[in-house]
Amino acid sequence: MKNPNIKLLLGDEAVGQAGLDAGISGFYGYPGTPSTEIITYVQRAKISKERSIHTKWSVNEKTAMEEALGMSYAGKRSMVTMKHVGLNVAADAFINSAISGVNGGLVIAVADDPSMHSSQNEQDSRFYGKFAMIPVMEPSTQQEAYDMTRYAFDLSEKVKLPVLLRLTTRLAHSRSGVITGEPKDQNKLNPPDDTHRFILLPSNAKGRYASLVDMQPELVEISENSKYNKFLPGTDSSLGIIASGIGYTYLMDNYLENKNPYPTIKINQYPLPKKMIRELFQQCDKILIIEEGYPVIEELLRNNIFDDGKVIGKLSGDLPRTGELNSDIVAKALGMKIVDDLSIPDIVKGRPPAMCVGCGHRDLYDELNFLTKEIGKRRVFADIGCYTLGALPPYEAIDTCIDMGASITMAKGAADAGIFPAIAVIGDSTFTHSGITGLLDAVNENSPITVLISDNYTTAMTGGQDTAATGRIAEICRGLGVEEEHLKLIVPLKKNMEKNIEIIKNEINYQGVSVIIAQRECVKFYKKM
Amino acid sequence: MQDNIILAGVGGQGILSIAAVLAMGALSRGLYVKQSEVHGMSQRGGAVQSHIRISDKEIQSVLIPKGHANAIISVEPMEALRYVPWLNKEGWLVTNSEPYKIPEYPDLEDLKVELERFSNHIILDAGKLAKKAGNKRAANMVVLGAASPFLSLGEDAIIEGIKTIFSPKGTRMVELNMDAFNYGKEIAIKQVK
Repeated sequence: MKNPNIKLLLGDEAVGQAGLDAGISGFYGYPGTPSTEIITYVQRAKISKERSIHTKWSVNEKTAMEEALGMSYAGKRSMVTMKHVGLNVAADAFINSAISGVNGGLVIAVADDPSMHSSQNEQDSRFYGKFAMIPVMEPSTQQEAYDMTRYAFDLSEKVKLPVLLRLTTRLAHSRSGVITGEPKDQNKLNPPDDTHRFILLPSNAKGRYASLVDMQPELVEISENSKYNKFLPGTDSSLGIIASGIGYTYLMDNYLENKNPYPTIKINQYPLPKKMIRELFQQCDKILIIEEGYPVIEELLRNNIFDDGKVIGKLSGDLPRTGELNSDIVAKALGMKIVDDLSIPDIVKGRPPAMCVGCGHRDLYDELNFLTKEIGKRRVFADIGCYTLGALPPYEAIDTCIDMGASITMAKGAADAGIFPAIAVIGDSTFTHSGITGLLDAVNENSPITVLISDNYTTAMTGGQDTAATGRIAEICRGLGVEEEHLKLIVPLKKNMEKNIEIIKNEINYQGVSVIIAQRECVKFYKKM
Repeated sequence: MQDNIILAGVGGQGILSIAAVLAMGALSRGLYVKQSEVHGMSQRGGAVQSHIRISDKEIQSVLIPKGHANAIISVEPMEALRYVPWLNKEGWLVTNSEPYKIPEYPDLEDLKVELERFSNHIILDAGKLAKKAGNKRAANMVVLGAASPFLSLGEDAIIEGIKTIFSPKGTRMVELNMDAFNYGKEIAIKQVK
């Protein structure tokens, strides 16, 4: 029968619950699929209010990372959450937090998106963990996501380093029953006495970096003895297996009825446990590496120059190099038969996502596309949000989408090169995330670009989170120095189309920075305050 | 005891509610459950699916291997066919008949022929039955009801799931969704006879 302490949680939610139970004082983050639900979960939790836990969204991943580090500096436990590409934004603070070390426990929960369900690349955050030389936890199940998050806080305080918690889409966005433990009290305010380690002047940083390097054998030792890295003996030594994170569940799914005959190491903690792996190499003829994401472990273990074929996985072609794994893919690598006799009937057509009926981005794109007829080929630089869907038919209204904020800055660079007109389309949340600084660049040179800020008062793509500057976008543009006569507000509705087209046309023709703020609340998520 | 179910539909059709009902139902019986969801970009009117696995033994992969689903439950007929490589030979294909159209949507007669090629199928107008229950949006519970006779997870457990999920929204919502569920179940039983 039902266990009263069991909760049905997404992997993300299990991480949030574990954070609450680990006595966290502050969660920081910027929404990004598949990481968003860690913070939306703790925002809904009653205990967050009761304990005055910080759960408000930050402006971007870098500010979130630094805020979390500030809380850790004060001696309290904090967590920062983001999607994999968000860690690129936070990377400066992230890498340096390993040099300074932490005071209160600090866990960076990053959700990778192999198969790019909702992303621009498949980058693997374990590389960042290795780059920063800090411990990485990679749970296989929702229960482990809970347990390892709690463990990560204790580990962080023990080694005085931040700990990276790596999730992947299928773990972050799958539910399972999770047994939760007793909640812990928050840490007391306890700023550090050895404050010089937080002043990364070269003279201090050199010493800190040397001690981080010196610590590495200790981190390996901790991994070696961690209950989260397991050597599971087997009877057939023709093959040994190393399976990490969710990859382990895809392996074991093939052994529900028959026992896995191969000696196997289940990896959930990095740096890799050397002794265990050495033993596997000595016992087995071949080693199959099963890992979700990049071939991180495989690259470390195989001899790339004189490849003797001992280590197999994604680089040898036994597993696909790109995309997510699943138990069928792993079965094939193990030489097992899979059922694959039905294919998708031809009459089934693709159904890509689209902007919602009644969405203001649609009308804005209609206006922009109408102008194409008049002014001919124009380049529209966009970036990341629901408005990226304007790239798809029937709109095909944008020409670029690279990263958050790149709309304004790429338009500026293109204008510098002589492209005219250069138009940027950016959403309100993306504008505050990383569009403001680029707009200042453009203002400083009065670059001939037209910036359309499609303001729907919310962060819609990730489910309608608050934005950092609702109602203050025009004020921010003025503050940056956008000229009053080239700062326009429009409401993208059918009835205003003619008027709006005229405004957009005039501003495109202006040889300097224009900003047009198209304001219309998100049809799906905006709730009247 | 084991269920491997694929839920299918279009973003916004209530796939996640079906998943939540089944998962809560399973949990209420002390069973193991794993259930995948789709969040983010695909939720904007794209094809969405959820794998849900229920068992009295520990579950490993959250994703169902191909050929191993004992049911596809779909709120949209073309979407039901998108996941047939996952259906096993004895599996049931249960779907709403009402299309959610896109520009290249297939001919409805052709679609029907494809669906009926599966010997174990239930095709029903879930929207109409949901309207009869009080709200067209309850079509998701109608298809769940229509699939319920073919699942290992008992009806009582599913009903408990419905109560758990909808009771925060009031007793009226529980009743409406229960009615939708029952209408779907009745049609399925009739069609099988």
